[in-house]
Amino acid sequence: MNLSVDFAGVTMKNPVTTASGTFGSGAEYSGFVDLSRLGAVTTKGVASVPWPGNPTPRICETASGMLNAIGLQNPGIDLFLERDIPFLKQYDTKIIVNVCGKTEEEYIEVTERLAKAEVDLLEINISCPNVKAGGIAFGQDPKLVERITSRIKRKAKQPVIMKLSPNVTDSAEMAKAAEAGGADGISLINTLTGMKIDIYRRGFALANKTGGLSGPAIKPVAVRMVYQAAHAVKIPILGMGGIRTAEDALEFIMAGAAMVAVGTANFNHPSAAFDVVQGIEAFMRKQGVKDIRELIGCVD
Amino acid sequence: MAEKKKCSAVITEQRRLTPDIFSMWLQFPEEYNVAGMAAPGQFLSLYCRDGSRLLPRPISICEIDREGRWIRVVYRQAGEGTKEFSRLRPGETIDVVGPLGNGFQKHSGKNLLIGGGIGIPPMLALANELSGETEVVLGYRDGALFLKEDFEKSGAAVYVATEDGSAGTKGNVIDAIQKNHLSAEYIYACGPIPMLRGVKEYALEKGILAQVSMEEKMACGIGACLGCVCQSVSKDSHSNVNNKRVCKDGPVFDVEEIIL
Repeated sequence: MNLSVDFAGVTMKNPVTTASGTFGSGAEYSGFVDLSRLGAVTTKGVASVPWPGNPTPRICETASGMLNAIGLQNPGIDLFLERDIPFLKQYDTKIIVNVCGKTEEEYIEVTERLAKAEVDLLEINISCPNVKAGGIAFGQDPKLVERITSRIKRKAKQPVIMKLSPNVTDSAEMAKAAEAGGADGISLINTLTGMKIDIYRRGFALANKTGGLSGPAIKPVAVRMVYQAAHAVKIPILGMGGIRTAEDALEFIMAGAAMVAVGTANFNHPSAAFDVVQGIEAFMRKQGVKDIRELIGCVD
Repeated sequence: MAEKKKCSAVITEQRRLTPDIFSMWLQFPEEYNVAGMAAPGQFLSLYCRDGSRLLPRPISICEIDREGRWIRVVYRQAGEGTKEFSRLRPGETIDVVGPLGNGFQKHSGKNLLIGGGIGIPPMLALANELSGETEVVLGYRDGALFLKEDFEKSGAAVYVATEDGSAGTKGNVIDAIQKNHLSAEYIYACGPIPMLRGVKEYALEKGILAQVSMEEKMACGIGACLGCVCQSVSKDSHSNVNNKRVCKDGPVFDVEEIIL
């Protein structure tokens, strides 16, 4: 039985990774999950310098989901290279580094700093709804998506995945723009912008007022967008958005995702990502599927 | 390599202490005795059975019986998740990750424990384990003095403040400290932010070493998501940006370390 997949030229032992921002750089979860059992670990977004993020409260729960407005707090590329990459290199897993920035130059600076690092893929976050400058500002205009993709591609030494937003009229158009810019893959969906009101305090549940909605509540939207993107582009798709179980992950795979990421479910169950790997294996055994690649995009 | 896990604890007792405060004793399995690893000031992540409620509820540890593999949690029914917990009956199980965070540094000497509202329960675990002279000041809204007798059983001298004046000193915990002329070498506190501000001001003025336990909305509970940060004087070890993680670097901090 084969679970390994090729994603933008990188061979993963299985199609499961973690969604950026939900898993740190793996250290906190390594007591709960053997990271070597995951196809890849996707790190929390890293910028050229440390970012303090947004005021608290940054988190609130919603029905079958949650809103977050962390604001991409991160240690900056220096400490990340010195601490997080060597930590992850102890494990037999691929490393996907999520890159964030407020300007095109910042994205490029981080990309260049990663050129010599032992990382397998870059995931470029142009879709964070929680930072004012950068982030989603780049991900809502196809011309900007294409331009930033091609600028990053010129400097990148690793394959580049563009992480796309669902907060657009036509996500397939953004996928095409990323492909036109030379992206090696795309990932979607990032969180959906949402809001929660605390009726007793007559205020916002989050200090940032709005936050990104994630969790099982967004899964049908994510599956639909992955399906549409898969029909719009030829580059591989890393699908995510509300995956909690192997059954959820298989929906994304059948819709056309070559890889999947487990995100918010990690908060509900610290070994969720590994449980998804095991569940996919069990499904394949039971269904007599010899190669996971038979399932990718099998629903047309 | 994975040695930590979510485990299932058996509820052995569930009691209502006030209209909205509940006490629950949890017993842990022999092969994963969370009580044996726990220390005062740490907390547990308790998970809902209802699958639409994804995030664990961080609940402080109120009492520990390491040999019996028991932990007591005393919690406020604040929303649907804690309402679900309050309906669990003895013999039923609950999923738990823990113990989490760092507990109080224990000193022998003259200790003053200060708890306000739902910050009272974690102080009981500490009172049970401190040696030396221990005084406890408990701040309540009204005359529903939950856990007061438990503190008395621990051997501590107990003082009470109530907002409505129905018991003890009318006012807040600092009012009770002043009215009763209490003094201490070490302060340990947990409660709402305004109370912690008062404790900080009092401790700095008197030159007393104080530790405070913080609360913040959490998602992962283990230091990965950066949801529950608080502003700190020194750089945090994660991002180097003066944002300590309540769940991982805390919840207990030296008071001078935290900007309140």
